[in-house]
Amino acid sequence: MTNTTLINDATVPLLDIRDLTVEFATRRGTVQAVRNINISLAKGETLGIVGESGSGKSVTSYAVMRILDRAGRIAEGSVMFSGVDLRAMPESQMRDLRGREMSMIFQSPRLALNPIRKVGHQIEDVLMQHAQAGNDAVSEKAIEVLDQVRIARPRERYHAYPFELSGGMCQRVVIALALACRPQLLIADEPTTGLDVTTQKAVMDLVVELTRERGMSTILITHDLGLAAAYCNKVVVMEKGNVVETARSETIFRSPAHAYTRKLMRATPRPGISLRDLLPEDEAARAALIAETPVVVGEPPLLVVDKLVKEYARKDLATTMSKLFGKKPAVVPDAFRAVDGISFSIARGESVGLVGESGCGKSTTSMMVMRLIDKTSGSITFGGEDIGEIPARNFATLPQRKRIQMVFQDPTDSLNPRFTAARAIADPLLQLGGIGRGEVRSRCEELATQVGLPLDLLDRFPHQLSGGQKARVGIARAIALKPDLIILDEPTAALDVSVQAVVLNLLQDLKDSLGMSYLFVSHDLNVVRLLCDRVIVMRAGQIVEQGPTQRVMDAPEASYTRDLLSAIPHPPI
Amino acid sequence: MLATIGKRLVTVIPTLIGVVIVTFLLTRVLPGDPAVYFAGPAATPESIAEVRKSLGLDRPLPEQFLRYVSDLAHGNFGNSLSTGRPVITEIASRLPASAELTLLGLVLSIIIAVPLGILAAVKQGSWIDHTCRIVATAGVSLPVFFTGLLLVYVFYFQLGWSPAPVGRLDAFASTPPHITGFYLIDSLVTGNFESFRAAFAQLILPALTLCIFSLAPITRMTRASMLAVLASEFVRTARASGLDDRTVIITYAFRNAMLPVVTTLGMVFSFLLGANVLVEKVFAWPGIGSYAVEALLQSDFAPVQGFVLTMAVLYVALNLLIDILYGVIDPRVRLEG
Repeated sequence: MTNTTLINDATVPLLDIRDLTVEFATRRGTVQAVRNINISLAKGETLGIVGESGSGKSVTSYAVMRILDRAGRIAEGSVMFSGVDLRAMPESQMRDLRGREMSMIFQSPRLALNPIRKVGHQIEDVLMQHAQAGNDAVSEKAIEVLDQVRIARPRERYHAYPFELSGGMCQRVVIALALACRPQLLIADEPTTGLDVTTQKAVMDLVVELTRERGMSTILITHDLGLAAAYCNKVVVMEKGNVVETARSETIFRSPAHAYTRKLMRATPRPGISLRDLLPEDEAARAALIAETPVVVGEPPLLVVDKLVKEYARKDLATTMSKLFGKKPAVVPDAFRAVDGISFSIARGESVGLVGESGCGKSTTSMMVMRLIDKTSGSITFGGEDIGEIPARNFATLPQRKRIQMVFQDPTDSLNPRFTAARAIADPLLQLGGIGRGEVRSRCEELATQVGLPLDLLDRFPHQLSGGQKARVGIARAIALKPDLIILDEPTAALDVSVQAVVLNLLQDLKDSLGMSYLFVSHDLNVVRLLCDRVIVMRAGQIVEQGPTQRVMDAPEASYTRDLLSAIPHPPI
Repeated sequence: MLATIGKRLVTVIPTLIGVVIVTFLLTRVLPGDPAVYFAGPAATPESIAEVRKSLGLDRPLPEQFLRYVSDLAHGNFGNSLSTGRPVITEIASRLPASAELTLLGLVLSIIIAVPLGILAAVKQGSWIDHTCRIVATAGVSLPVFFTGLLLVYVFYFQLGWSPAPVGRLDAFASTPPHITGFYLIDSLVTGNFESFRAAFAQLILPALTLCIFSLAPITRMTRASMLAVLASEFVRTARASGLDDRTVIITYAFRNAMLPVVTTLGMVFSFLLGANVLVEKVFAWPGIGSYAVEALLQSDFAPVQGFVLTMAVLYVALNLLIDILYGVIDPRVRLEG
């Protein structure tokens, strides 16, 4: 089908990247995103490329596929695929290779699919492009491909649009797209970021199974060392556009040679360590040991949530129409219970983890406790007062608002892009702080020092700050009013592991010095294990299990908790 | 789909009620007293009062309004005071002329602007992109009456390519039978190619005038929206699966980029309805725009009310059409409906 001769010889590596340098033209001149890297991948091998954001791992894969955006170009080096130089290949032949010989899976599966085209048709597009099926057989073939990625009822799903499928299902469709033409090389760029651990495991197992059964080579690009260790033969560690270490995965995790690899290894949350162990050795030594903050017993708990329920009415067209014409709906629609009668409490100075998979109701719970949405029934008692009775839209101006604050998931999206760091931190002070304008600046500086934000960054805008710095601004804003309870909604999910390590330690230190309580919402059990005294496991709006972190993690009672725990990939250390 | 349309139609009702009230009040608060105008320059206060009484203008406002509404309900838009003819027949005969002109202008504009916008986005920074920008800016910077006069000067006066800009047909062509009221369609349906050519020759210059005016928003929106979609992740997936450029740009990118373009089309159509008034004047086009302007200048409020009401209904219908188009393009909209 193509006139390129691919050498099919076991001694020739499938992919051989030599001295590859990729440059991007930016307003401030040329930037090298990848510098003289060498990566080689044999047939049937699985290679992990590990690194933090900005390490050039994605750019490397785009360069291999030659899908760099307009500003980027391969400046030096060669990319040999089955003995053929991809750099010298004309675009028309390159296009034949893409999807047929080499494919890619992207992160955020929902965005990777055309939102207004049926998934079956999207698979057909690829099959037709590479002449894998004729016009008459193509839809049967597409259904077969969907079936191969274990999509239940593929004949129905063929007609689904991406928005009608769950995240995990979308990722299966993306995998189906990539594997439809049985390529030799699969590049998976953070394929499970944003998916739940159990979904992550299912998706990764599927990829491994399919690629093994077809003798394919795989490159797995990830920031998650555990994931790379669990699924790869060989690991390449990248830092700032350079490959710093290449080794077999057993050796790299047992005896990392490069300092950066060691730092990365240390920063990865895992069982059996403390928060301080995440920090680089020299910093960990400097940081004080974590004093076991005694949870105040005897005193009434700070927050008591009792039989809390949140229902959403199921709206559909039939009921709307019949209402419109004054008829009673034929069947009374069921209300959907996002939170279904949960009870728990948080003591003063305690940090409680709320874990569960997406859709389990953990965010709805935190929003109700935060008094951003109203409950359907049940009570929320905070400091002896039933704040659940106060309507959410009145809550923002009440003095109680000061005592419950929140740190949001995405440090970028939760800051007003037109506010400087100082203005963002000052916002709650100006709204509720009751202090004069003159004092605001000094209080901001005090808070910045507390969260370890250099004072000269205070006048910068969010886009001029790094992810970790933005996270610090978000934390400073939350503690500005000296709250009693902070709700942390996946505060480190968008951060690199080394930054996450620092932020988690900061949160711990702040809690100890300010005597706050935390409700830590997360899907990352390893992080919860490090930060929380107690943990609540939720599923389908209900609490499956709650108890001291140690006990729940080491000897889970509910089978669901066991499933969650076993789905986490661990580095073999 | 039908349910969506039904629901949208229900929401149209309050809008129409509002329009009826506003058109009624608007003509009452406009300066100029129709009674004075129609009593003539030599009128005595008595004769003015008599005219006012015969027009029903001496009654209290609510009563006038009720009469207006019940007339509307019976399809009676009132009579024009200056011509004495019923407004409804006048509008019915003139509306197709305006609609044909506006639609042809819009279609021409879409045919030119959409591909230009796509090309400009695909070849961002190339000469096509710059040409596109210059053409669009120039088109929107020139007032329509000026573009119209310029076209007449060049193509009629200087080159002599087009017939005299007076009306929908020149004197020698026969008027096609009234089927849709659109001369182009009617003459084609009856196989009268002579009339078709004549009608087209008359139509092309005013339509071009409107087209030039509306190029800018459509090109710019197509370009911007294509650029955004081309940078999205599913386009990258499509490229990474080796799909050819045509499929990536048309099937993947353009269909997604169409939503904002369709919204813009709706807005452009309403601009064109406004611009029409001037273009009809320049080309002596027997449309409703020129009819309304003349009526307004004579404080002849029945035609003005009729005009505003017709425009409002047209606009509502247009918005409904756009909503339906949305549903056709984007399955997510269908779900919400």
